[in-house]
Amino acid sequence: MSDSKNKKGWSRRKFLVRSAVGTGVVLGTAYLTRPVQKRSLAQIANTIEPPYQGFTNDPTIWFEILADNSVLLYSPKVEMGQGIFTSLAQMAADELEVDIKRIKVLHAPSASGNMDFFSTGGSTSISSLWVPLRELGATMRQMIMEETARIWNIPSDQLTVSDGIISDGSRTITYGEVVAQTTEWKIPKTPKLKDISKYKYIGQPIPRVDLEDKVMGAPIFGMDATMPDMVFGAVVRPDTIGATLDHIDLGGVADMPGVIQIVQEPDFVGVVATSRMEAELAKEAIKVTWKAERNWQLSDIQEMVRVGKGTAVTVQKKGSPKRILDNEDDVLQSEYTSPAGAHAQLEPNGALAFVEEDRATIYMSTQVVRLSREEIAQRLGLKSKQVNIIPTFLGGGFGRRLYTPNAIQAAVLSKAVGKPVKCFFNRKEEFQNDLFRPPTHHIMRGKLDKQGNILAIEHHLSSGDVTYGSPLLPKAITSFVGSDAGAWRGGMIQYHGIPNHRAISWHVKLPFATNYWRSLGLLANTFAIESFMDELAEKAGKDPVQFRLAHIQDDKAGKRLKAVIERAALEANYSNEVMKGRAMGFAASTDVNTPCAQVAEVSMENGMIKVEKVTCVMDPGISVNPDQIRAQCEGSIIMGLSASLYEQMTVVDGQLQPTIYGPYRMALMRDTPKEINVVLLQNDDKPGAVGEPPLGPVGAAIANAIYRLTGTRARDMPIAMV
Amino acid sequence: MNIELTVNGISNQIDVNENTPLLWVVRDMLNLKGTKFGCGKAACGACTLHIDGEAVRSCSYPVKNAIGKEVTTIEGLSSEGQIHPVQQAWIEEIVPQCGYCQPGFMMTTAALLEKIPNPTDADIDANITNVCRCGTYYRMRKAIHRAALLKQQNT
Ligand code: FES
Ligand code: FES
Repeated sequence: MSDSKNKKGWSRRKFLVRSAVGTGVVLGTAYLTRPVQKRSLAQIANTIEPPYQGFTNDPTIWFEILADNSVLLYSPKVEMGQGIFTSLAQMAADELEVDIKRIKVLHAPSASGNMDFFSTGGSTSISSLWVPLRELGATMRQMIMEETARIWNIPSDQLTVSDGIISDGSRTITYGEVVAQTTEWKIPKTPKLKDISKYKYIGQPIPRVDLEDKVMGAPIFGMDATMPDMVFGAVVRPDTIGATLDHIDLGGVADMPGVIQIVQEPDFVGVVATSRMEAELAKEAIKVTWKAERNWQLSDIQEMVRVGKGTAVTVQKKGSPKRILDNEDDVLQSEYTSPAGAHAQLEPNGALAFVEEDRATIYMSTQVVRLSREEIAQRLGLKSKQVNIIPTFLGGGFGRRLYTPNAIQAAVLSKAVGKPVKCFFNRKEEFQNDLFRPPTHHIMRGKLDKQGNILAIEHHLSSGDVTYGSPLLPKAITSFVGSDAGAWRGGMIQYHGIPNHRAISWHVKLPFATNYWRSLGLLANTFAIESFMDELAEKAGKDPVQFRLAHIQDDKAGKRLKAVIERAALEANYSNEVMKGRAMGFAASTDVNTPCAQVAEVSMENGMIKVEKVTCVMDPGISVNPDQIRAQCEGSIIMGLSASLYEQMTVVDGQLQPTIYGPYRMALMRDTPKEINVVLLQNDDKPGAVGEPPLGPVGAAIANAIYRLTGTRARDMPIAMV
Repeated sequence: MNIELTVNGISNQIDVNENTPLLWVVRDMLNLKGTKFGCGKAACGACTLHIDGEAVRSCSYPVKNAIGKEVTTIEGLSSEGQIHPVQQAWIEEIVPQCGYCQPGFMMTTAALLEKIPNPTDADIDANITNVCRCGTYYRMRKAIHRAALLKQQNT
């Protein structure tokens, strides 16, 4: 790595080939300047692992070393349950040379300067920080060593370090003591990273660093934040799709108990009161009539989301699939659907905002610190720097907090009353104002050759927005890619050994917002493709596992995929027979380069499907924390099972429903498989995506098992009753 | 109105509308944030605490009904110097992910173990009906069995 001097005279090296600040988007300039066709661009986007988008050249904004020799690690990525704080501590501890118990990971406030310019999402927190964070740790260690050498006036290569204590053989000094004596830091060349076999923490199932706080009930979430003199806000929100405010009657509301002020803005009406209950009651008392152009019903939505409607883009193509499938006899065709799904994360959206004359302080659960900062600054007429977003632990993310403009309302209310205002959604608002997983419709077509191998296959997908319309991505990017990269995530044919294959993405604009839901299109797309693979295998009279293996190419991705498939079949003792009332189903997918195969075992109980066991084999490359990767697999399997079997948002007379847990049926304890067996392979030399890939195969594996058990092919999610 | 409310063994005098859900009194007036708001309609269990040892969904329980009773929240589940077996088991099984639902589950479990010291899987399925979006149920089941064991060893 080359050195260059910056203005302060520090030697400032690059930690990353591309530090990416300022480009700020997933698909960087490297791809945009190339005159590529949209199709190949789409293929690139499908496997891209975006680099970290923030500052990685100054360890002092990442670490703070305290007098007691403990280390604070300010994370620009947020902890939403995925366990990254633990992995980050592991990576830092190993290169910093301190006991992991000395490291405390905190969310970096935006004002600290250590801010992710993009988001926490896409399963890339660990993979994108794998190199930069270890380099930052190693550099910080080197900085302290060199300061010690200066203090003691001896060459730094005569020093050794262990657990944050530096020694020259006769005397010792702690990191904390060195830091206390240092006023200006020189940033040295990035030291060579340790050999991976030398790591003490990386690779170990270290218990979560936030475990105790979460078990003892510590106040760590956005909704737990408090400030002196805090009051409560509530905002009137429409409960009808496409509704705009027609008439508002505030009569008597201002005199209700606890009400401090009613705030009317061009785009919303809110009320501030001394307690949450009073704010909610006052909001309910505001009589609002809404006007909606149309009285939407579920059937209207279902009619819109059909292959053949809207605009289409071919996102993958090899050979002449269309010619074969249009002209040959005996083409197998199947259709699949999935409904709109809610995030249903337990902590509602909201924020605690305190707006003063020249600054704003915002505590909130968000996956998009920077976007929230910019939106609030713009609305309040402040500079970005005057807005400090203090991220808290998230009571669930799942993509729901990749757009959190609700914090603007808390800020506006705070400005109006001159006090800190806490303003959170209630559960009905949370359900009706979600940014849903879009409903989908899929048509699969396939043709076998004489030997029973697939000659041609195609996947048509119709979906509402995922990345389209997202404020997170500049419009230029989405329109340049030409299709909604989120919708077809997992929608390409991964069996590259099939000589003729293609995937076509149809896009429709729905009347309600749809957006990122953990793993985006992966669950529904895999449901369609992997169910169809079983249908084709049956038609060919072949074993579904061997059938899959026969169509995978022997490149690196193909080998990794084959390895998880083979191992899953072995681990689960996969069989096509129904034994003791149980049947197995197989499915596999690759997401952000992480392949995952699963076997579901199902039985019937009183006419309802019961998933007894799931075997999950995944290859995330290097497992920084195998225990938390397992936890992500277990959680993904349960979330995917829940979405596949039970969950469904519907539309009744213009209202999105249901609006409460229970009626919005989700998997509970009783629905959880009694056995979940997770096996991790490592056929890559770096950590890969973890938080979403294991969601892929669940639905299809269950559907394939149900077919074997009952003879009925489930083609529409949710599939609880067939 | 002015009421007296005993929470985690401490008696508090508070001035509050008597119909306020106990959840908000505990969270916003007594500043005990471990008890969570999830739905406000007794549908998720995030707000579960104990009233005289019974698991109660405090979002749907007016504060006036708690007068003269013992309220225990997650902050008061362990006694001084002695971690509660449920919390111990939760740590040993590394249950939480986002963690938001967890206090409600632990409080529900602690009350269950008082009634059924050694619950079967069927008992767990029937009695643990809280919602966890992160899908930690699999580890929770293990933790519940482990807590039952720890509790028997302690006594
Ligand atoms: S918040 Fe009380 S049950 Fe959901
Ligand atoms: S741990 Fe996140 S909701 Fe249960």
